[in-house]
Amino acid sequence: MTIVNHADGAHRQGSDQSAGPRKPGSSEGPVRKARRGGWTLTLVLAAVTGLSVGPFYWLLVTSTQADSDIYAWPPKLLPAGHLIQNLRDLQEKIGLLRVLGNSLLLAGLQTVGALVIALLAGYAFAKFRFRGRSLLFALLLSTLVVPDQVTLVPLFQMMMRFHLIDSYASIVLPGLCVPFAIFLMRQALSSLPDELLDAARVDGAGELRVLVSVVIPVMRPVLAALSVFLFLGSWNQFVWPLITLRDPQHYTLPVALATLHGVESNTDYGAIVAGTALSTVPMMILFLVLQRQFIAGLLAGATKG
Amino acid sequence: MTFTAARGASAVPRRPRPGTARRHALPYLLLAPALITFAVFKAYPILDSLRISFTTGTGSASHDAGWANYRRMLHDPLFWTALRNTGEILAVQVPLMLGLALLLALGINSALVRMRAVWRLGVFMPAVTGLVATGVMFSFLLNTDQGALNWVLHSIGLPKVDWLGQPFWARIAVVLVLTWHYTGYNAVIYLAGLQGIPRDLHEAAMVDGAGPLRRFWSVTLPSLRPILLFTVVLSTIGTLQLFDEPYVLTQGGPDNATLTVSMYLYQNAFHYFDFGYASAIAYGLTVLVVLLGAVQMRLMGERE
Repeated sequence: MTIVNHADGAHRQGSDQSAGPRKPGSSEGPVRKARRGGWTLTLVLAAVTGLSVGPFYWLLVTSTQADSDIYAWPPKLLPAGHLIQNLRDLQEKIGLLRVLGNSLLLAGLQTVGALVIALLAGYAFAKFRFRGRSLLFALLLSTLVVPDQVTLVPLFQMMMRFHLIDSYASIVLPGLCVPFAIFLMRQALSSLPDELLDAARVDGAGELRVLVSVVIPVMRPVLAALSVFLFLGSWNQFVWPLITLRDPQHYTLPVALATLHGVESNTDYGAIVAGTALSTVPMMILFLVLQRQFIAGLLAGATKG
Repeated sequence: MTFTAARGASAVPRRPRPGTARRHALPYLLLAPALITFAVFKAYPILDSLRISFTTGTGSASHDAGWANYRRMLHDPLFWTALRNTGEILAVQVPLMLGLALLLALGINSALVRMRAVWRLGVFMPAVTGLVATGVMFSFLLNTDQGALNWVLHSIGLPKVDWLGQPFWARIAVVLVLTWHYTGYNAVIYLAGLQGIPRDLHEAAMVDGAGPLRRFWSVTLPSLRPILLFTVVLSTIGTLQLFDEPYVLTQGGPDNATLTVSMYLYQNAFHYFDFGYASAIAYGLTVLVVLLGAVQMRLMGERE
C-alpha cells in the first residue's frame, strides 16, 4: 500500500518492458506474422492518437489565422501570421494580461495553500496515533461522494454575508481543503519508514525540523505530482468563479473566455481561439515536463486496492 | 475504492513519556488548518444546503417550506427532462468510453507495439485540457456550416450534420466531446492496472492451454476489477454532475435536449435565485450519486 509502487508503475510504463506474453519464435512464420500484427496495431494507435491530438493542432494553427479565415471552407490547416493580432484583440476585449495574471495568481495561491494543508494533514494521519483519527479521516473522505454543486448555494450565501463576493478570497478559500489531496499525502507518507523520522528525533531534531528536513525532501516527487494536479484543477476551475466573480477585471481566463464566447453577436473568432490556445498551451507544457510525476499522482488514487 | 481502516487509535496503552503532552497536541495542530477549512468551506455548506432545501424565498425573506421543494421537484417536468438527459448521456457515454479505454490500454500494452510512450502521452493529452477550452474548441469544430468535422464528413461524401442544432445530434455531440476528453485518462489508469498483473498468471493460463480471449476473460478482467470499479464509479459521479461541456457547447439546448441536472440546478440558483429549490435539486442529485455508487460497488465489488 505505498505510493512508491505506483511511481514504479509509471517508470515501468516508460520503459519498453512488456507485460504481455511473448512466444519464443520457433519458426520464421509466426514471428513475421506477429511483426505485421505489431505494425497494424501501431498504425491503429497512431490513428487514435491523431484523433486525440488533432483538435489541439487545429487550435494552435487556427489561433494564428485572421478572423475571416477561421471558418474557411475547407479549413486552413497551415499556420498564418495573425497570432499577435489575435492576442492584441484579446487584450482589448478581455484585458488578457490582467485575466492571465488573475488565473496564475489564484491557481498559485490555491495550489500552495492546498499543498501545505494536505501535507500537514496527511502527515498527521499517516504518522501519529490520536483520538478520532479514523473518524476524522472517514469524515474528510466521505465528502468525495457529495457533488460539488451541493455547496454552491451555501458558499455563495456565505461569501455574500462576509462581503467576499467578487474577491480573490472567495475563490481561494474554498479550494484550500482538498480531501483527495489529503488522501494521497497520507497514502504516500504511510510508506515512509518510521525509523527515518525517529532517527532524526534521536538526533535532537524538533518536529518541525523533522518535517522540513526529512519528510519534505523524501516526498518531493509526490509533492510535485500533487502540485501539478492541484494547479491544473484550479487553473481550469470554472463554475464557482463564474458565480462569484462580477467585475471583468477580476475574471479568470476560463470565465473571461466563456463570456467572450457567449456573446451572441461576437464575431471575433480569432481572439476566442487564441485565448483558448493560450489557456491550454501552458498546461500542456507543464504536463509534458512533469508527465511522469503527474501520471503517478493520478494513478495513486486509482490503484489503491 | 476501498480504504483500509486506520489502525485503532487506542490499541496499546502506552507509558507516559517526557514531552508526551506536546506530542499529543501535535497531530491536532498539524490537522488544524485542514479541519478548519474543511469545517467552514465543506462540512458547513453541505449541511447548510440541506437546511436551505427546506426553505423558500431568499435572504431575510426566506422562510420554512417543509417538503415543498422536494414535492415540486417530483412534479417538475423540466427536472425530469434534465434527469432523463443526464441518464441517457450516462448510459451511452460511460460504457462507450470505458470500453474504448480498455481496448486502448490493451493495445498500448501489447508487446508488439512500437513507441508506446508516444501513444500513451498523446491519448492522455485531452485530460489536461480545461472544460471551457474543450467546449470552445469543439463549438468551432462542430459548427454546422464551416466546422472541420463536417468538412471531413463532406469530403468523404457524407452529408453535413447539424451537431449543435438538432436535439438528437446535440446529445451525440456531448457524448463525443466527453469521450474525447476522458478516454485517454481512463486508458492510462487501465494501463497501470495491466502492468500490475503478475506475468506468471498469464503464463500459467497459457500452460493450461488458454487462448488470448480466454486469458482476457479469466486473468486480465478479474485482475482489473478493482480498477474497473474505480473508473466506473468515478465516471458515473462525473457524468451525473455534468455541467461545463453542455454549458459552453449548447447552453442546454436545443429544446432542452442537453439540459443536465447540474445545469438546471445552476439555472434555478443563479438565474432565478430560487436557492431553496436549487438546494433540493442538489440533494436529489446527491442521493442519486450515492445510490448509484452503492449499487455499482455492490454489483462489481470484490468480496473480501
